[in-house]
Amino acid sequence: MDKRDNLIEVRNLKKFFSIGDNTLKAVNDISFEIKRGETLGVVGESGCGKSTAGRTILRLYDATEGDVLFEGKSIMNLNQQEMKAMRRNMQMIFQDPYASLNPRMTVGDIIGEALDIHGLATGQKRKERIQELLSLVSLNPEHMNRFPHEFSGGQRQRIGIARALAVEPKFIVCDEPISALDVSVQAQVVNLLEQLQEKMGLTYMFIAHDLSMVKYISDRVAVMYLGKMVELAESDALYEKPLHPYTQALLSAIPIPDPEVERNRERIVLQGDVPSPMNPPSGCHFRTRCPKAMPECAASVPVWKEVEPGHFAACHLYN
Amino acid sequence: MQNLTKEHFEPISVDLRQAEAIKRPSLSFWSDVWRRMRMNKVAMASMIFIVALIVCAIVVPWLTPQDYFTTDLAGKNKKPSAEHWFGTDDLGRDVFERIWYGARISLQVGLAAAFIDLIIGVIWGGLAGFYGGRVDEIMMRIADILFAIPYLLVVILLMVVLEPGVGTIIIALTITGWIGMARIVRGQILQLKNQEFVLAARSLGADANRLIFKHLIPNALGPIIVTLSLTVPSAIFAESFLSFIGLGVSAPIASWGTMSNEGLPAMKYYPWRLTFPAIFISMTILAFNLFGDGLRDAVDPRLRK
Repeated sequence: MDKRDNLIEVRNLKKFFSIGDNTLKAVNDISFEIKRGETLGVVGESGCGKSTAGRTILRLYDATEGDVLFEGKSIMNLNQQEMKAMRRNMQMIFQDPYASLNPRMTVGDIIGEALDIHGLATGQKRKERIQELLSLVSLNPEHMNRFPHEFSGGQRQRIGIARALAVEPKFIVCDEPISALDVSVQAQVVNLLEQLQEKMGLTYMFIAHDLSMVKYISDRVAVMYLGKMVELAESDALYEKPLHPYTQALLSAIPIPDPEVERNRERIVLQGDVPSPMNPPSGCHFRTRCPKAMPECAASVPVWKEVEPGHFAACHLYN
Repeated sequence: MQNLTKEHFEPISVDLRQAEAIKRPSLSFWSDVWRRMRMNKVAMASMIFIVALIVCAIVVPWLTPQDYFTTDLAGKNKKPSAEHWFGTDDLGRDVFERIWYGARISLQVGLAAAFIDLIIGVIWGGLAGFYGGRVDEIMMRIADILFAIPYLLVVILLMVVLEPGVGTIIIALTITGWIGMARIVRGQILQLKNQEFVLAARSLGADANRLIFKHLIPNALGPIIVTLSLTVPSAIFAESFLSFIGLGVSAPIASWGTMSNEGLPAMKYYPWRLTFPAIFISMTILAFNLFGDGLRDAVDPRLRK
């Protein structure tokens, strides 16, 4: 087992949105830790609350309930000044490189904004720092006076990474940073993220829905379904021996680059659609589509427990 | 067949740095708008007309020997001539001179009304959109209620309370005029504030001030300016209209509206007294509208059909 300390601890985090008279339980009671220097992958289908979880952990949304600890210190009760200081520690990389850069600002100003807000550098030093950050993400420092629309998707995503790195954070939430990019550029960005992690000792929460990419970059992987976390394990353990039926179904959908194996591969095809998060099924949220559903799945919510050392799951099969 | 020598088979060096190079010249949003604007001939002609109008309104009354209020009863209702380019009116005043004084009034009203609309509209709409929820609800309902009061009623009531004049007209026009701008700005801010770049700025720790003035307003500036450019002609028209029906500026001040009003009874015999102010009202409003349309297309090319 890993002896590294916990950088982030999430305790019973909940984030509900009220829409009219209904409540959308986007994140419903999740708890986990992220160790210093590791990459935690978070997977799940669209609308399962993984982006909301990432944003709530950074306090971009106010949590409905629960707590997030950074280096053992709760960030939920920090006042505005303390929170501003805390933001230097935790940053975010966004999904859509076309929407995440202000089209009216030059690249230099976009990256420099972090320096301005926290008063990190001014004048010539600011310019040097911006150029240094651009070089760090393999962009031409001379391009700092250009506008975002002049760059390609991959280049824009690297600008977003440079912006996040400007405050020298310890923790970065990567919110599907590669899903809007071409496959050829995805590898480039993922490799850059890995290099930076090694160089600067960064900790990532890597949100994605591409399972092979998550396996490649993550040390541990968490699986979410309808606002709940259903399984969390070391990357290898999860991919070799998935415990939760949902994880098993997800993994069975990964194509294997070997025609022989691919032809005989058995896929678990889930029936139906994801139920509305406004009105989730009783008990285990997954029971309506679960091939192994039992009567008790409808009766009670499965407990989140450590089934094997370091391997957590919430399923009645293991109670 | 071409002679292929050994040099032809040398590998060309591929530099990864080169793949990153951007060859096109840097183009900011506003220089791009200007580039599209220049291609639109109608809008450019309108712009030239507007600039000429503004310059003339400032310069002409200052350069010419006549003034707009000196009467000359011996030389009343004169036809356009070398001395009086646009003729004279029923009190012998030079119409050409009065047209340019009228232009000053019209432009003053148009620009002042647009400016006040801009200030109130952006602040009101910006706050409503940015804070959203209950604040938005209350602020926009207040705007709706104001908007529901018939505007002519407001003007007539104001005229009773205040002295008729340019200032009163501007107040009358802006008392409900800012609501259009506020709605546009609110809509834009609501749409923009959930964009990822705003979230990114928040995650960097940006405060409300920075979010509004660095991120939200600059991105809403296109629609704001277009609305502004279309407020000017409607304000000019409203001033002419109010002056025409006798609610605007009073004698001896020249306004295109009062001149048309005075010229109307004499239309049959002294047509120049109505024709010239009417032409100027129409041309000016047309030019501002065409310019505004062109600007809208240039700011947001997707809107063009």
